[in-house]
Amino acid sequence: MTQKHEQIRTEVLAIVRRLAPEVDPARIIPDKSLRAQIDLDSMDWLNVLATIHEILGVNIPETDYGKVVTLDGIVAYLAERIPAAPQE
Amino acid sequence: MVSVMDAPMRPPLIRKSPVDSPSTAKGATFSWALISRELGESSDGTINIAHLAVDRHARSARAGKTAFRFLGADGSTRNVSYGELAGLTDRFGNTLKSLDVKKGDRVFVLCGRICELYVTVLGALKIGAVVSPLFQSFGPEPIRSRIGQAAGKVLVTTASAYQRKVAVLRAELPSLKHVLLIDDLGAGTIAGTLDVHTLLRAAPETPALVPTGPEDPALLHFTSGTTGLPKGAIHVHSAVLTHYATARIALDLHPDDVFWCTADPGWVTGTSYGIVAPLVIGATCIVDGADFDPLRWARILESERINVWYTAPTAIRLLMKAGPELFAGHRFPVLRLIASVGEALNPEAVWWGQDVLGRPIHDNWWQSETGGIMIGNTAAQDIKPGSMGRPLPGIAAHVVRHQEGEPVTVIEAPDTVGELALETGWPSMFRGYLDQPARYRECFAGNLYLTGDLVRRDADGYYWFVGRSDDVIKSSGHLIGSFEVESVLMEHPTVAEAGVVGKPDELAGEVIKAFVVLKRDIEPTEDLRLALMAHARRRLGAAVAPKEIAFVPALPHTRSGKIMRRLLKARELGLPEGDSSTLAQGEEI
Repeated sequence: MTQKHEQIRTEVLAIVRRLAPEVDPARIIPDKSLRAQIDLDSMDWLNVLATIHEILGVNIPETDYGKVVTLDGIVAYLAERIPAAPQE
Repeated sequence: MVSVMDAPMRPPLIRKSPVDSPSTAKGATFSWALISRELGESSDGTINIAHLAVDRHARSARAGKTAFRFLGADGSTRNVSYGELAGLTDRFGNTLKSLDVKKGDRVFVLCGRICELYVTVLGALKIGAVVSPLFQSFGPEPIRSRIGQAAGKVLVTTASAYQRKVAVLRAELPSLKHVLLIDDLGAGTIAGTLDVHTLLRAAPETPALVPTGPEDPALLHFTSGTTGLPKGAIHVHSAVLTHYATARIALDLHPDDVFWCTADPGWVTGTSYGIVAPLVIGATCIVDGADFDPLRWARILESERINVWYTAPTAIRLLMKAGPELFAGHRFPVLRLIASVGEALNPEAVWWGQDVLGRPIHDNWWQSETGGIMIGNTAAQDIKPGSMGRPLPGIAAHVVRHQEGEPVTVIEAPDTVGELALETGWPSMFRGYLDQPARYRECFAGNLYLTGDLVRRDADGYYWFVGRSDDVIKSSGHLIGSFEVESVLMEHPTVAEAGVVGKPDELAGEVIKAFVVLKRDIEPTEDLRLALMAHARRRLGAAVAPKEIAFVPALPHTRSGKIMRRLLKARELGLPEGDSSTLAQGEEI
């Protein structure tokens, strides 16, 4: 995994924890459905996506929801669309 | 520049389509006795929902027909015929009997929309047990209070849900004799649980049916009030008459139809219309086990060739948000009727259905207590976008004046706001709130059931939703009681008091916002806000926990000491605090 991937992962987990602070990132299995492991309802999920858009500048359209099911999927999706490493 | 002039002018009425089924033009000759005869009432007076939904078809030419088609999140599919479903539910019923589950015992189920959930519900009904599906997004506290209140004897759940939500509170649920696990972890035996598949393999497939009468309890649906614990609305086996008749009339559902109800069975819609009604009709039900995904839904509507689709306003608004391009590449030539329930559907959404899917959306109204659809824009009538429609055959509705300390009076004049009331006597009317007889009695005035919803009726007899007469929050179509949320927040050692309101939200209708007063000398920091959020979510689950928490120095109270939630809400919305429309009828300040 590249440093860029690692930074994106950290950022995504921070966003998830802002909305669902009870989540323990260490317990997330990265290649399994994120929403199946942690308790995010539809509104939480939309808020996660909106916050990703706001902070990382990537809009995930509805047609791509199928690509961002797992943590690995989200990171890979964002890595393809973020030209440089996200700013600290 | 866009001006209001650019908004398309829409007529106030969508005329019924001449190609819509004429089967609903039965109003004139409707009676519940006729419906009972049509369903083939038994000579000995017994009636059982699971028998009518499953066994009756399994012994007919429909035995090989697909009852359920389960679509897995992983792309898998599983078809279960009426014949197979009869066998599976007999096995499950016999399993429950081997665990000493008797008529009237309460069985809970907590899992995703997988085959085992449906087999549990129908198998339990078959042996006369009372079944209550729980929302998978409930946290431990809502689970504990519901199973505890109902003295639940059996819980069917997944290994992961058990470990995350139930194991911690098992000691507080002495009534819970058996936990049957659908082992999604492959982790093997977990202490204090049984493997459901092992039990099923050992159980005979002999008929499990236990005779039940029309007034025997069958289903338990929990709903929320402003105060106190959630209320368990009890429904009886004869409710199936309403499920059957309303699926025909309001949803225009026929045996040859492929039907998709998107509701989770943890919500009353997902049981009445996601399990019972379509099976009693003999239709094929599509069950999607995945989370909401607009593109996936468009594909399901198209590829599964859905004829009748029953969904909810929040989902429709999310699909609208995705834009018409999402549906552009898809065709829905066999989609005949779309219906929505959960909260009032805005007219734009009704038209969106017409524009994007080729069919307008038929809004209808009912609640946990009514057990089935009471008021609707049916296929046989013109639609008034924004209205909930007219009372269905067999249902007599009124608008009433209902103020504390005064007799309830019927308002005859059109376009006058009052509380929606229904004449008692329809089969799926709830028969009680579990162990709360006083709260049940308060719902009635003479022969009228008082719904708690404020409405007006226009001169054409169409009903229009105005608001709730109490402080119950409606988020994504689910009722959430302030008390349940406030109680959990107040368990936190830093919290002195909490007041919870529904904050209007474009997509969810309302989202839960909590106002928290901290104990003396506790600093209102961001870390503490996150800690409270984590506490609430851990205890209540995502569906019930607040989405926003704000610290306030004090909460407004009535003279009798009750939190004035309407005033909190008025402040949140920037309304004048003296605005009497935000105060409950007769509320004393």
